[in-house]
Amino acid sequence: MTVAPERSARSRRDWPIVFPPPYEGSRIPARVPTILDVPAELLATDDILQINFGPNHPSTHGVLRLIVDLDGERVVGLNAVIGYLHTGFEKTMEQKTWWKCVTYPERIDYLGYQNAELVFVLAVERLLAIEVPEKATWMRTLLCELNRIHSHLIFLGTSALELGAISMFWYCFRERETILDLYEMVTGARMHTRYFQVGGLAEDIPEGFYPECRKFVEWMPHALDDYLALLDRNAIWLERTKGVGLLSAQDAIALGQTGPNLRASGVDWDLRRDQPYLAYDQVDFRVPVYAGGDVYDRYRVRMDEMAESTRIVDQCLRRLERMDGRPWIADDRKVVLPPREELHTSMESLIHHFKIVTEGFRVPEGEIYVAIESPRGESGCYLVSDGGPKPWRVHFRAPSFVALEATATCIGDAIIADLIAIVGSLDAVMGDTDR
Amino acid sequence: MTAFAKGWEGLPGFVSAKESFGETTVTVEREEIHAACERARDDGFTFLADIVTTDYLGWGHKGVSGYIGTGTGRDLNHPATQGFQSLPAPKPKRFSLSYHLLAMEQPARRVRLQCWLDEGESVASVVSVWPTADWHEREQFDLMGVQFDGHPNLARLLMPDDWEGHPLRKDYPIGGEPVRFSDAE
Repeated sequence: MTVAPERSARSRRDWPIVFPPPYEGSRIPARVPTILDVPAELLATDDILQINFGPNHPSTHGVLRLIVDLDGERVVGLNAVIGYLHTGFEKTMEQKTWWKCVTYPERIDYLGYQNAELVFVLAVERLLAIEVPEKATWMRTLLCELNRIHSHLIFLGTSALELGAISMFWYCFRERETILDLYEMVTGARMHTRYFQVGGLAEDIPEGFYPECRKFVEWMPHALDDYLALLDRNAIWLERTKGVGLLSAQDAIALGQTGPNLRASGVDWDLRRDQPYLAYDQVDFRVPVYAGGDVYDRYRVRMDEMAESTRIVDQCLRRLERMDGRPWIADDRKVVLPPREELHTSMESLIHHFKIVTEGFRVPEGEIYVAIESPRGESGCYLVSDGGPKPWRVHFRAPSFVALEATATCIGDAIIADLIAIVGSLDAVMGDTDR
Repeated sequence: MTAFAKGWEGLPGFVSAKESFGETTVTVEREEIHAACERARDDGFTFLADIVTTDYLGWGHKGVSGYIGTGTGRDLNHPATQGFQSLPAPKPKRFSLSYHLLAMEQPARRVRLQCWLDEGESVASVVSVWPTADWHEREQFDLMGVQFDGHPNLARLLMPDDWEGHPLRKDYPIGGEPVRFSDAE
């Protein structure tokens, strides 16, 4: 394992890139950055086979369609076609009041749902300049990290499955099940929780959550050892992943890559540390960086991140256990629903409740772009408000959308079987890509 | 020190710079956007996070969502100031085009480069500055109908190739899509 040198030893100019690149120069296709063109001399041989890979194929993680040109088994041309899952979320959200919109982002990135929900809620809170109680901040941090583990587990399970390691899938889904049980306990839903409200959380944290979550925190490192034992000395896995799908740091930045894909290319960049939000400036964690830029390093980054996320969950638990009885949502009656019991006794609360539910709260005029580190990288939310109860414009910067732009560069002259490994390692969620 | 530490006036086509909600928005001339982006990239903004278009058709009109607004925003300490009926500030043109840039430094620097365009006006593509702009620009063309001059492959991205109209525009009808295989067809 290569360890990144101390940050102070680096100059400002060369800072986020810390390792020598896996290849010299740039491999981004010259004509169109996202399309790998078949070389003219190959095309002249009339021996190129063009096949459709997807949109319905078990190993495309959804409805990704790749138009692949093959010379024998070698991939010589590639064009990614997306949009099969385009649902017009951004347009739909313009028709909904702010508080009804919260359910939509989680359905966009349906594996990193908690983080997707967070970025929207954070953006609205920035426009409102509303203060969120400490307990809510820590609980959000905890749930987002659980969600990161959940997302990486699905990545690990499915990409190993695609390369033939079927048992990994069962092991990963065993732990994923535990996480979903924890979610169900807190929020009442296993996925798409709608637990974050503008101003805090939707409900108080239920009794019995902390001990259950602590059990998971204690178990997870053992589970990670299991995964490593199954994969990390597995000759087939190593053969299929090492040196495959190369992406250099420079190309990764030029192509806008973020998250684990960027850190696997040797770029030491993580928004949780470099532009802290929630309680990330108060927890201790390491940002794993690998330099190979291949499928194997993308897998290693995510493995390490799961271990780090478990540590963050542990630290959040320690804080939260001392916060019993503290408020979990801001006390601002113009934005936050009044407590249920008050509705029977207080006329004012009833009016506030009625106004917020029917008309919705108003958000000051302005535009905002908020970015967080979701399991897939920089997840951004751009909002425009005209001062009314509905958003004027909502836009999501989807990390999966950007990750798929790199397929043509990563593919190099891989063979068709490597294509599966490469697309899997970019970890794109099609809901996030197409929105 | 970076070239723009003291101010953004040196940026090609500079119009104005403002701070709001802790963010910097720099407006530049539409014709100069490519030069401005190049300068920003050379100044350290090596990372293009996002390109987004907003359609301001009907902004502040009666009957459009959010007619009643608070001009100065909400003041939590003076609840009585809420609910003033005021129109949002008018916009110079119909579309705003925002480039969200990031400088990977300590601490992270972000800026929004913005230019304004009307229906029928086009803007220079920045694919040569940041290759990642390829799909971002295609998406904005597809959903908002913004024309990017010099884009190597300006085709629809999310909608089908033969789609008519640009769905995210404010004048695009909602619910106008016929439902297939239904009795109403």
